Amino acid sequence: MRNVWIIARREYKLFFISPIAYVVAFFFMILLGWFFYSALRDAIIQSTYQAYAPTVQIIISPLVTLLLFVMPAITMRSIAEEMRMGTMELLLTAPVKDWELVVGKWLGAFLFMLTLLAITWIFPIVLNFLVKPGIDQGILISGYLGLVLMVASLVAIGVFISSLFNSQVVVFLVSLAIVLVFWLVRPASTTTGGLANQILSYLNFIDHYLNFYQGTIDLSDVVYYLSLTSLGLFLGTVSVEIRRWR
Amino acid sequence: MIEVEGLTKDYGPRRAINDLTFRAEPGEILGFLGPNGAGKTTTMRILSGFMPPTMGIARVAGFDVVDESLEVRKRVGYLPETVPLYPDMTVFDYLKYMADLRHIKNGEERVEDVLEIVHMEERANGYISNLSKGMRQRIGLAQALLHEPEVLILDEPTIGLDPAQIREVRKLIREIGRQRTVLLSTHILSEAQQICDRVLIINKGEIVVEDTPERLQAGLTGVQRVAVRVQGDGDGLEKLIGGISGVGRVTTTPEGSVEVESTPGKDIRPVIARNVIKAGFDLLELKSIDLSLEDIFIQLTREEPEPPSTDDSSEDVP
Repeated sequence: MRNVWIIARREYKLFFISPIAYVVAFFFMILLGWFFYSALRDAIIQSTYQAYAPTVQIIISPLVTLLLFVMPAITMRSIAEEMRMGTMELLLTAPVKDWELVVGKWLGAFLFMLTLLAITWIFPIVLNFLVKPGIDQGILISGYLGLVLMVASLVAIGVFISSLFNSQVVVFLVSLAIVLVFWLVRPASTTTGGLANQILSYLNFIDHYLNFYQGTIDLSDVVYYLSLTSLGLFLGTVSVEIRRWR
Repeated sequence: MIEVEGLTKDYGPRRAINDLTFRAEPGEILGFLGPNGAGKTTTMRILSGFMPPTMGIARVAGFDVVDESLEVRKRVGYLPETVPLYPDMTVFDYLKYMADLRHIKNGEERVEDVLEIVHMEERANGYISNLSKGMRQRIGLAQALLHEPEVLILDEPTIGLDPAQIREVRKLIREIGRQRTVLLSTHILSEAQQICDRVLIINKGEIVVEDTPERLQAGLTGVQRVAVRVQGDGDGLEKLIGGISGVGRVTTTPEGSVEVESTPGKDIRPVIARNVIKAGFDLLELKSIDLSLEDIFIQLTREEPEPPSTDDSSEDVP
């Protein structure tokens, strides 16, 4: 476990010296700010006709979409870069277990994403001052809990994909494609309840977020994200082990 | 201690190393020589716990590289062929990171120690991306020494160093080799001659010869060569010597002396001397030519001309 922390710490620190992380964080915050601003502007226009107070959903909703696109950029270098630089040989000949390496890589990137998420709290706080009698804290808490779980699974998938290729660009594109599949593939119609539809609905990344978004924490959603995280980490470890055999 | 028995590694259909068997004792420096692609790096990667062999057994410091990989990795210092460094870290941070991963107590002190050993203490706070190739090589070596490993595996440790640094590193390796087991690969034969207690020449994944550099050089495993020089142009000398029993190939050098090869283990010099004088030549010089390790190397790893194959003739058909 100690090795996990040592690797995660270096990984986390590396984000603060790599330009990619700053570029991503910059655009992430700019876009989020812009979404927040336009949602507020719409709310003001709407409130001239009827009593209307925006909820934290005006932040969480764009946040979910943005996080899906941020993940590939954050995790693309994770293991792929070690392969390209040859430092993988260093890590694989150090007394570190393969799973410790993968989990360490995941934890570092996960903590960085949490840092990004923590900064976005600025928007709910601002909103809390603007609306009376303040925002719905239930949705705030369940919404962010869901985001944390979602980010955990996204990063795990990203680290796994990063262990498959030596090129960051390839990792980025494949990660993006997988995110899009998870995001967009959904049942053709919600009324027909066939097995295929149920499976597609179960796999869909966003559908599992809907309960959190509406302020309820459903155990099945928590399990979904946690098992997706474990699956990503497991596959990542297997992939590193296979690399040894080649 | 390194014990290798029947070690074999396949990359898909290609066999990189085939049935290697050798040992290296503590206090011994074993040199690994061979052309590019001979399987040196593959063998070292297996011994360092980077990848498992396809077949065979390898024990390092008493532990099996497959079943007790972690124990092996704790006891091995490994410098890969391409020095694995993080360019965006400082020298100190990099070594501290490695020390942390190896759970070294007083890691910072130990980092300072190894920096002193490789004479890099002044660049401790510099970024690795700004270092020259020689400096990177030394940092790689420092990394391999951090945990005072029982076994040191160095893949071409002096590559990219300037002559002064090469001497320094060789001296360092000799010092380390007094108590520990060192396995190093090199292209430079004089290097093997200078530092190694024993040399192992491999070609196409197989051990060609294993001996001390001195014995290899003395030609015990190759052929004895003798140069004969006589007064005058030495007409008929080549033919004369060629007729002596036990003599192999005879050639005349452009300088006019005759070089004679003979079967190993038998000194043909007295016979040659007697015959040359008896035939009326004025013998000026008769000396044994030591085969350099270079010659042995080239002889042993020479490409055998392959018989023309008829299978690929179909490629020529449009």
